[in-house]
Amino acid sequence: MKKWQCVVCGFIYDEAEGWPDDGIAPGTAWEDVPEDWECPDCGVGKEDFEMIEIG
Amino acid sequence: MSTDAPIVIVGSGLSGYTLAKEIRKQDTNTPIVMVTADDGFSYSKPMLSTGFTKGKEADELAQASADAMVEQLNLELRTYTTVTGIDPDAHELVLGDERLVYSKLVLAWGADVIRLSIAGDGQEHVFSINDLVDYRAFRNALKGKKRVAIMGAGLIGCEFANDLRNGDYEVDVIAPSDTLMPGLLPSPAAEAVRSGLEDLGVRFHLETVVEHIADSGKGVELTLANGEKLDADLVISAVGLRPRTELAAAAGLETSRGIVVNRALETSAPDIYALGDCAEVDGHVLLYVMPLMTCARALAKTLAGERTEVKYGTMPVMIKTPCCPTAVCPPPPEAPGSWEVDAEGQDVRALFRGDSGDVLGFAVTGRYAVEKQALSKEVPPIHD
Repeated sequence: MKKWQCVVCGFIYDEAEGWPDDGIAPGTAWEDVPEDWECPDCGVGKEDFEMIEIG
Repeated sequence: MSTDAPIVIVGSGLSGYTLAKEIRKQDTNTPIVMVTADDGFSYSKPMLSTGFTKGKEADELAQASADAMVEQLNLELRTYTTVTGIDPDAHELVLGDERLVYSKLVLAWGADVIRLSIAGDGQEHVFSINDLVDYRAFRNALKGKKRVAIMGAGLIGCEFANDLRNGDYEVDVIAPSDTLMPGLLPSPAAEAVRSGLEDLGVRFHLETVVEHIADSGKGVELTLANGEKLDADLVISAVGLRPRTELAAAAGLETSRGIVVNRALETSAPDIYALGDCAEVDGHVLLYVMPLMTCARALAKTLAGERTEVKYGTMPVMIKTPCCPTAVCPPPPEAPGSWEVDAEGQDVRALFRGDSGDVLGFAVTGRYAVEKQALSKEVPPIHD
């Protein structure tokens, strides 16, 4: 499981936790997150996320 | 002009760095010189509203140092350097006594905070926060203090009020409007945010202004136009931003509310472009993140030789008031239609319907905030 961080606002998408608010189940890999999903905090798209080291 | 001359980007904010990153995705060789009056740290301005909520100091909000950015983006960075003029005919940027030749020039120098002129001897306790350097100074001044007064109930004033309460500071907000974020939020949504912030302990003093700021020895005493007096340790001025246009206008570039550019981000002068908070793009001045990211992508292609027009989709704005999560997509100015409001306490769904019934804008708060994505798909994009 990896974590991805929004380069704009620092929001972290954790694959282990998913993002149930938008219907993304825990354990959803980044590549399976819908292409039109947007950062819940600032609204930018998937392309503005970068993979970060597992903390 | 030399064809070997670099692309020169003025400004190291989110616009400047995002553009440099986008250029480097497709072109690793063309020399880029970035000129900044700042220290060149890469950071995202929206994060400055989240320091206490995320438990981070000013420097922890920065994402990379100037040196790291130079290495990552293979660019020459001129920090603490002030631009004094532009010579479009010579293709030169004027830096005091020095002239820097450019092949293409990109103005990404942002907006200035509006400063009110208020009487009193307590001015040194008044802070405007428009960049990381300002934020660092503010956080240093705040050490050991308890009570902050915020002038302005716009987006930034409200976000800072929420963040400072999350940091356990006492917060008073003073603003001339009768609602929060007028012009951005319809009043039922503004009332929801106000109620959320009040539950959190923020005290509002609306329909009045600060008339006098006196040094009280340990802080300030504010006198409001309604006669009220307030004590505070320091004051944040958050009364708005104004795109920086003066140097562009002095160089003969067309300016209006911002530096006027078309959808290809071209100013009225050849080889000079603008984006971000200083730019008025096809009539739109949008001081938010999503528009500038969209512009940076289009402009990077144009600079690589493929002239590309920016295409704005819907541009919802997320308001960082975690006590009452809020998203808004204002309808086009002066669009005919009316708001249809569904409100229950701090949960508000307001839809702006045009005369044909189509949704042209929305504001959602509280538990409805999660609907922002679905609603964004209903609203027609700014550019078809």
